[in-house]
Amino acid sequence: MYQYNKEDQTLIEERVAQFRGQTQRFLNGELKEDEFRALRLMNGLYIQTHAPMLRIAVPYGLLSSRQFRKLAEIARKYDKGYCHFTTRQNVQFNWPQLEKVPDLLAELATVQMHAIQTSGNCLRNTTSDHLAGVCTDEIEDPRPYCEIIRQWTTFHPEFAYLPRKFKIAVSGSEHDRAAAQLHDIGVYLIKNSAGEVGFRVLAGGGLGRTPLIGQTVKPFLEKTHLLSYLEAILRIYNLHGRRDNKYKARIKILVKELGLEKFIALVEAEWLAIRDSMTLSEERISAMKAHFLPPAYDLNAAEGDHFLSEQANPEFSKWLTHNTVNHRINGYRAVFVSLKAPDSPPGDITADQLDAVAELSDLYSFGEIRSSHRQNLVLADVKQADLFVLWQKLHALKLATPNIGTVTDIICCPGLDFCSLANASSIGITKEINEALDDIDYVHDIGDVKINFSGCMNGCAHQSVGHIGILGVDKNGEEWYQVTLGGSSENEAAIGERLGPAIAKPKITKAVIDILDVYVQLRLESETFLQTVKRISIEPFKNKIYADHKR
Amino acid sequence: MNHLKIKYMQIIKDKTLINNEWTFVSDDDIVSDSGNITVSLSRWIDQQNQLRGRSGKTGIRLTPSDDTGKLAAILSGIELIELYFPNFGDGRHFSHARLLRNRLGFQGEIRAVGNFLPDQIYFMSRVGINAFQLDDHHANEDATNYLDDFSVNYQ
Repeated sequence: MYQYNKEDQTLIEERVAQFRGQTQRFLNGELKEDEFRALRLMNGLYIQTHAPMLRIAVPYGLLSSRQFRKLAEIARKYDKGYCHFTTRQNVQFNWPQLEKVPDLLAELATVQMHAIQTSGNCLRNTTSDHLAGVCTDEIEDPRPYCEIIRQWTTFHPEFAYLPRKFKIAVSGSEHDRAAAQLHDIGVYLIKNSAGEVGFRVLAGGGLGRTPLIGQTVKPFLEKTHLLSYLEAILRIYNLHGRRDNKYKARIKILVKELGLEKFIALVEAEWLAIRDSMTLSEERISAMKAHFLPPAYDLNAAEGDHFLSEQANPEFSKWLTHNTVNHRINGYRAVFVSLKAPDSPPGDITADQLDAVAELSDLYSFGEIRSSHRQNLVLADVKQADLFVLWQKLHALKLATPNIGTVTDIICCPGLDFCSLANASSIGITKEINEALDDIDYVHDIGDVKINFSGCMNGCAHQSVGHIGILGVDKNGEEWYQVTLGGSSENEAAIGERLGPAIAKPKITKAVIDILDVYVQLRLESETFLQTVKRISIEPFKNKIYADHKR
Repeated sequence: MNHLKIKYMQIIKDKTLINNEWTFVSDDDIVSDSGNITVSLSRWIDQQNQLRGRSGKTGIRLTPSDDTGKLAAILSGIELIELYFPNFGDGRHFSHARLLRNRLGFQGEIRAVGNFLPDQIYFMSRVGINAFQLDDHHANEDATNYLDDFSVNYQ
C-alpha cells in the first residue's frame, strides 16, 4: 500500500497543528460558532446528539494492521471501546471530546492517518473497489489512480469551498463494486478498441434527496489527462453550481439543470485550456504503481487436499460459500469479515476485535485490511490452506456470520440513536429484522437481497439504491418508514421505486418479512430478488403490504 | 480582544502589513476625481472611459457571481482587483483568482475583502490572491502567520 514520504507526513502534522489552533481559538471565543463549524467539518468533526462524532479517512478503504491497532487504541482511549465503518469506507468515532480531538489526530498522524476533508463542502475521500488488485475481472488495479486523485484532492486550494460535498469513486473492474455511478464523479478504467487502457468519466450521480445516476461525460480519457479533466469538471462546478439552496447544490443538479450536452461543452472548453499544462506523466503513474505491487504469493498455494476435507464441516462450508470470493491467484481467496453479526449495529467493531483482526491480517493476509462500502472488512489475500483456522478464529470473535451479500448484510446509518440529523431509529429495527430472520438457511435461500436503511433524507445508508430501501421519516414526532424496492448501486444502477405510504414503526419489520415472502412465493427458479421485482413490478408487494391496513 | 493590533486601515499585502489606500465606491455613490477607488464590474464596463480619466487610480471589485471572462478586454492599466466575499463559504472567488492569474495573465494586486477567515488565506495565496483585508473580528497582527499554515502541497 502507499507509504507516506517525508512531505506527506509533514502535511498531516501541519494539519494537526492547524486544527489544534482552530479548536483553541474556538474555545477562547475568537472563532464564532458558524466559522468553527465550517472549519471543523472539513476535518470530519460533527457535533452530534451525545458528543462530537469524528470521521477518519480511509483512502479507498485500505488499511495496515498497524493502523488498525492504532484505531483500537484510540477507541479505548478516546471513545467507548468501539468504532464504526461507514458506507464510504471510512471510520467514525462517536464519543470523542472536542478538547481532545487534536490529541487524537496527533496520534492518528503517527500511523499516516487523518480526518482531512471527511466532511464539509469539499472534495471527500476517494473510494474504490474493496477487491482491487485481487479480483478476477479487473482491467487494471484502480488504487494507484485513487492515490493520485487522493493527493490531488488533498488541500486543493481552489476547491476547498465548493457549493456542496463532492465524492469521487474509481472502479477498475467490469463488475462495479464501488457504486461509481452514484458519485459526483465516477471513473471507470476501460480498454478502448485499440487495446489502450484509459478512463470513462461520469458526472452527476449522487444520492440524498434527489437520487440520480451519473452520466458519461467522457467516453474515453487518456490516462495522462486524468487530473486536468477532473480539474475542469471541478472548476465548472465551483463556478456554476447552485449556492442558493443546499438541497440543490450538488453537481447532479447542475448537470440536470444545464442539460448534459451544455455541461459537457463547458467542461470540454475549460479542459482544452488547461490540459497541456497539467499532464500526468508515465513516470508518475509507474512510480505510484510501485506502491501497489502484489505481495509475495505462495505459488504452490493451490496444492494439498486438506482444504477439501475441511469443507465437509457444514458451518465452515457455509461461511466459505458466502464470506469468501475467488482470487486472481489460484489457491488464494478474499475473505469478508462480517461486521453484521445479528446482535451488533451494522459496521460497528470493538477495540478487541480491531486488535484481533490486525493480528489475523498479519498472520494470514500480508498485514492489510480493507473496508467495503457495504460496511464489512476484507482480508484480501488468504491462502486456502489457512481458511479453516481463520474461520475458527473469526467465529470465536463473532466476525464470521455467514451473511455477506444476504438480506441480513444490512447497510445502516447510526440513525436516531446517535445522529442529530436523523428522523427515526435504524439500528433497533435492523436488530428486529435480524431476529425475525434468525434461520440462516432461509436467509441463504433468499440469496442476494440488499437492504439499505437510512434514518433520514440525507441517505447515508444509500437507501434509494437498496434492493429494499428503508427511509426513516418523522410524522408528528413519530417514527415512520418509507419503503422502496428495486434499487441497485451496481452495474445496472437504479433508483428504487416507492412502495406506498410510510409504514409505522411497529409494522416495519413485518413489512420487510412480507416482502421477502412475496418474493419466495412468486420467484422463478434461480431468479434473484431484483430480477423478480423487475419482472412482476412492485404491485404484488404493494398488495401484500397494504392489504392488512387499508384505511 | 487584546490581540486586535491591526489598524483599521491596514491590510496584508505580499506578506507584509501596509496601509490601505483604496476605497470602494458603491454604484449608488458619486465618484470623485481624486483618490484610489474600486468600483463594481458593471460600473467599470459602463463608465470605463470617464473612470480612466480620473486623477486617482481605479480598480475593480468582483462579486462571486461576476464572470471573469468579461474582464479580458478591459483589464489594461488596472492595478487592483478586489474579490468581495459576502460569506466565507462561497468559494467562487478561488476559481476567479486562478483564472485572473493563469487565463488572463493579470499581474496586479488581487485582494480578498469582505467576510472571510484568516484560516483561508493560505489557500487564497495559492490561487493567486496576494492581498488580504480582514474584517475587524479577525484582524490581528498574527494573520500573516496563516500564510505559512502549510510548508508542502500536492498541486
